[in-house]
Amino acid sequence: MDVGLLGQFVVNGMMLGMMYALVAVGFTLFFGVLDVIKFSHGDVLMVGTFAGFSTYLGLTAIGIDNAFVQLVGVLVVSIASMALLGAIIARYLVLPLKSAPPLNTLLVTLMLGTVLRESIRLFYPDGSNPKHFPSLLPTDAWSFGSFTLRADSVILLIGGLLVIIGVNVLINRTRLGLAIRAVAQDEETAKCMGINFKMIVLLTFALGSGVAAFAGVMNGLYYNEINFGMGLLLGVIGFSAAIVGGLGNIYGAILGGFLFAGLQTLGAVALPFASAYKDVFAFAVIIALIAWRPTGLIAEKTSERV
Amino acid sequence: MGILRKSTVSVIALAMAVSIGAGVANAKDKVKVAFIGPLTGGVSAVGVGGRNSAELAVQLRNADPSAKYEYELVTQDSECKPNVGVQAATKVASDKSIIGLVGHYCSAVAMGAVDIYHKFNLPMSVWGAVLPDVTYGNDYKEIHRVNGTMINQNDVAAKFMTDQGYKTWVVLYDTTDYGKGHNKYFTEYLAKNGGEILADFGVSSDQQDFTAELTKAKQLNPDVIFFGGLTPLGVRIRAQMEKLGITAQFQGASGIKSDSFIDGVGELSEGVVSFLEGAPVDKLPGGQYFIEKYKAAGFAESEEAYGPFAFAAMNLILDGIEEVGPNRKKLTKYLGKIQDHDSIVGKISFDDHGQNTVAAITKYVVQDGKWVVWEDSEYATGARKLAGK
Repeated sequence: MDVGLLGQFVVNGMMLGMMYALVAVGFTLFFGVLDVIKFSHGDVLMVGTFAGFSTYLGLTAIGIDNAFVQLVGVLVVSIASMALLGAIIARYLVLPLKSAPPLNTLLVTLMLGTVLRESIRLFYPDGSNPKHFPSLLPTDAWSFGSFTLRADSVILLIGGLLVIIGVNVLINRTRLGLAIRAVAQDEETAKCMGINFKMIVLLTFALGSGVAAFAGVMNGLYYNEINFGMGLLLGVIGFSAAIVGGLGNIYGAILGGFLFAGLQTLGAVALPFASAYKDVFAFAVIIALIAWRPTGLIAEKTSERV
Repeated sequence: MGILRKSTVSVIALAMAVSIGAGVANAKDKVKVAFIGPLTGGVSAVGVGGRNSAELAVQLRNADPSAKYEYELVTQDSECKPNVGVQAATKVASDKSIIGLVGHYCSAVAMGAVDIYHKFNLPMSVWGAVLPDVTYGNDYKEIHRVNGTMINQNDVAAKFMTDQGYKTWVVLYDTTDYGKGHNKYFTEYLAKNGGEILADFGVSSDQQDFTAELTKAKQLNPDVIFFGGLTPLGVRIRAQMEKLGITAQFQGASGIKSDSFIDGVGELSEGVVSFLEGAPVDKLPGGQYFIEKYKAAGFAESEEAYGPFAFAAMNLILDGIEEVGPNRKKLTKYLGKIQDHDSIVGKISFDDHGQNTVAAITKYVVQDGKWVVWEDSEYATGARKLAGK
């Protein structure tokens, strides 16, 4: 295999890994603060992408066709609306079930995911068909032999990296992050220290969902195609990535996301059997890893088994 | 009810016109033939179009003074559900006064019903179902099909694409029966036409990311990337080819021949080719004649995509009965020998499984955001060129 081709596979894999990591970060944040698993996460991502897509259509309709302005508009609307949706879900679905068994939260959010997905399919105009997501980034491409590097892919990778760094800084360097970490570590003590527990939970859900919306728009810009079912597999993969990395640990989520993308690429490229089995391969390895390290590759400091 | 009354009126009108025209009213023997299709449910539009077309064939035959028999059409609703369809099939097959049947748009129903026709020796022709196994999955002499299958589709596709000068392919297919069938038959026919498949990739039917498969494909540098599957995946693959800088021609199967494919990929759809069983009715050899007669008969519903096939199948059965008389076994024998039989959908020739081998397949290409029949496109005239040409 020549170097160019290898480079292509690496870039493909990094792109996938970035998206998975962004989704996994959300799972890990939610689990960190409330010990809940929010299964509608992938579908929130999908709704965010459709919100962004609608914004694009709206901007085009009123005559704004500057790609940069459109991109900013798409990102702002998508992230803001999903942050709001995430907070609403936390306030009205997750927090009321706080003292119920965690299974209830899981079920409720699983069903919410179906509701979101089917709503887009049924109520979005022509929602059951794939939609063409516009290319809002420069599409210049550089070819080095069999390796094609596109400007939009590079920008997306950098953008994803910045978001991950930003979330990391927010969690580890700010007062808000300190509060989130405090709640994650011990709810009762955090409350005693005067931290507004409810507000922190809502903010955390808003943060995670906003990051998911970013991942969704990134997905749309990268594939130029969105559909109502796109969040389903992304959600499952993001969740597995968060678990295998160590639920509750943000570095673990990032590691898990890139690990899963690497396994998928490896499954499609290097294994002798049909590439249809690449997900089977990737999930099988994840199962093995979870069996080996039940608390994840990078465990939460005060670890709890899930 | 409205339709029934209307068609009854037109039958009477036709009969009257004929008897006045001929000046004599012959008392002919009555012969029953049947039609089965989905007349209610999600695909009922196609079913009703087929029913009307079959009925038109019977009306025209009854209006023909040289016909030896007077025909009566019995119709049954399969609802496109195997359990309902099998009951309808049993009802028709066990009624000994019914000599021939035109049946089935839904492959799943047809698969369940063919055994029954064989058991009761009822000769029949399929008018819409496309699964190869309906004719090729059994050795029943009673079963025939006038419309094409995905086999014919791939036969035409392989020939057409090699004629364009393409030599190498990479095949992606979804791992459902539909996708696997396309992979199988396309590979088979491509080999016959001298094309070469460099690699094939099975992909799951909800896969999002194809960059790994396509990067591998890119390394092999094929002339064409063929996708055997449905629209959503077709959209993703076409879009991701662009991301990886793959300039090969993109070829789809009937599964992507929809307007939502064009909506999904936007301007990248330009020059994509696909193939579909059947043809727009005005492209058929007898299309003009059929449309005229269909309009004149005053049906409330359109004939839909497979109406002409139902018409041709019914006509074939009626031709048979005229020739060998109202006898199921003789009719089966007659149908088994059909070669180059004229019909509105072109010549009909059955192979030893009763499959029409010269079935109409139409080639389509996307031009300016629309699926255009190849022969009418600027690609055929040379004003535009497919990728790599």
